[in-house]
Amino acid sequence: MKIVVCVKQVPDTAGGVKFNPDGTLDRGAMLTIMNPDDKAGLEAALRLKDQYDAEVTVVTMGLPKAEEVLREAMAMGADKGVLVTDRVLGGADTWATSTTLAGAIRNLEYDLIITGRQAIDGDTAQVGPQISEHLDIPVISYAQDIKIEGDSVVVERQYEDRYHVVKAKMPCLITALSELNEPRYMTPGGIFDAYKQEITVWGRADLKDVDDANLGLKGSPTKIAKASDKVRKGAGEKVSLDPDESVSYIVDKLKVKHVI
Amino acid sequence: MNLEEYKGVYVFAQQVDNEISSIAFELLGKAKDLAKDLDTDVTAVLLGSGVKELADQLAEYGADKVIVVDDPELKDYRTEPYAHALSSVINQYKPEIMLVGATAIGRDLGPRVSARVATGLTADCTVLEIGDFPLQAVPGQEQLHNQLLMTRPAFGGNTIATIACPYNRPQMATVRAGVMQKIEPIKGAKANVEEYNPGFTPDNKYVEILDIVKSVAETVDIMDAKILVSGGRGVGSPENFKILEDLAEVLGGTVSCSRAVVDSGWKPKDLQVGQTGKTVRPNVYFAIGISGAIQHVAGMEESDIIVAINKDADAPIFDVADYGVVGDLNKIVPKLTEALKAEIAAAK
Repeated sequence: MKIVVCVKQVPDTAGGVKFNPDGTLDRGAMLTIMNPDDKAGLEAALRLKDQYDAEVTVVTMGLPKAEEVLREAMAMGADKGVLVTDRVLGGADTWATSTTLAGAIRNLEYDLIITGRQAIDGDTAQVGPQISEHLDIPVISYAQDIKIEGDSVVVERQYEDRYHVVKAKMPCLITALSELNEPRYMTPGGIFDAYKQEITVWGRADLKDVDDANLGLKGSPTKIAKASDKVRKGAGEKVSLDPDESVSYIVDKLKVKHVI
Repeated sequence: MNLEEYKGVYVFAQQVDNEISSIAFELLGKAKDLAKDLDTDVTAVLLGSGVKELADQLAEYGADKVIVVDDPELKDYRTEPYAHALSSVINQYKPEIMLVGATAIGRDLGPRVSARVATGLTADCTVLEIGDFPLQAVPGQEQLHNQLLMTRPAFGGNTIATIACPYNRPQMATVRAGVMQKIEPIKGAKANVEEYNPGFTPDNKYVEILDIVKSVAETVDIMDAKILVSGGRGVGSPENFKILEDLAEVLGGTVSCSRAVVDSGWKPKDLQVGQTGKTVRPNVYFAIGISGAIQHVAGMEESDIIVAINKDADAPIFDVADYGVVGDLNKIVPKLTEALKAEIAAAK
């Protein structure tokens, strides 16, 4: 079995956020980690590797320094790493990102593709399902459990008040929730080995069946009109009333806001 | 793509178990505002099996028209038949705006559909308005009018971005639940229904649902709660949390707490809000007997509405509260519970 895991190097949100003059993120200027949902997806893939001897390839798109996140994945136990990096791919929205990753994945063999549900920088949860659409394969989002049954996957798909047990024939794309598992740590031997291995680096020319019009900032249908640091919410009203009046005050406010 | 062909504000009217989700009504409320600004009308898209009779409810909440795709393949949510249905509706009717709830369904359906119809999708929006792109005229670039401007938080709420989708249609957004306001329902409104069926041909993308397991309402994750009744050291004792639990029960909410409460051993760690606990964004956050240390505020300031009750008028929690009440929580909270119980009973 062959598994492709998409991972993203994301800014550690604790480290502060910086922008380029055009309103896009200045990723080069921020501290980074492996996106937590992606790490859970990687761990799920590594467990399938332990169980079924699957081959795990991690793919990331980013700046050249995103190689770090592939090394980390390989130190955890992934077999191969592919870095997709090219100036023309920068500033991509989820459409252009998913087009790019699909173009890279078309070069790989896969039974299963696992992505994280969402990244902590964008929080969109869009790239996984969009990759599946570009590759014309089924998607199961929000996976809280993954099992293999013959040529199919059986996944617990989480919703707000329930989960569905869903069966799909492979190849299939799954988006993983952090709750799926506790990712393993890198081992010292793993770290050592990870730095000896080659990482495959692909640019624009290596992407299969993609149109330039769908790549990078230019190929992104969504455009940033404005980006800014969050304005801290100021104080609202403050009242000092007797208990009965206080109660009426709160009830009225909840009514106005359609809470009750 | 001839952008001029695309007209009207469309809403994906999510239903689960043939019951329309609240988010659908919220989206209709917002869609009405947008449609007014654009001088167009609001269409709800209702997908499901045996759902036609739900259409009038959508009319009551502001839908001028309801497109119904009724097919056994749409009984329970599955990505492919729903994506096929919604994409087909988009291709057939060409809406200029397509709104979808940012729910566990919408956040799967939205991206799949946007990729299929080749347009942009902005996730988890909190503000939608009609305006110009670019916001200010730029020499050498045509300024487009009547664009959907979609504002959303990113980086865990550290930043806010406003996004446009100027050259593709429809302009698609998923919208966070509990942010937009429903209209007061127009009782007895009848839907102008248009039935449409694009035809469904199951293939490998039609996954099989083996089982549906509804969660028994046991311990709700405070991060998923729409209403949180949060207590601090000011509550006084673990026993006294009973009055908060009663309030939470009346509102269908959940009790959470501050770090001081966990440190005192009154409540378990998984109920803790704040920097070393969980970050929550409920529709309503009651801060009761919580002073509002910066570490606590960091975990709850994104809540849509913050109500604070504290006897100390100088407590920093009042700096972030929308509605602050200075007073004795032991006197106010039980009365509030009774008053809300009466209000809710009267509304039924």
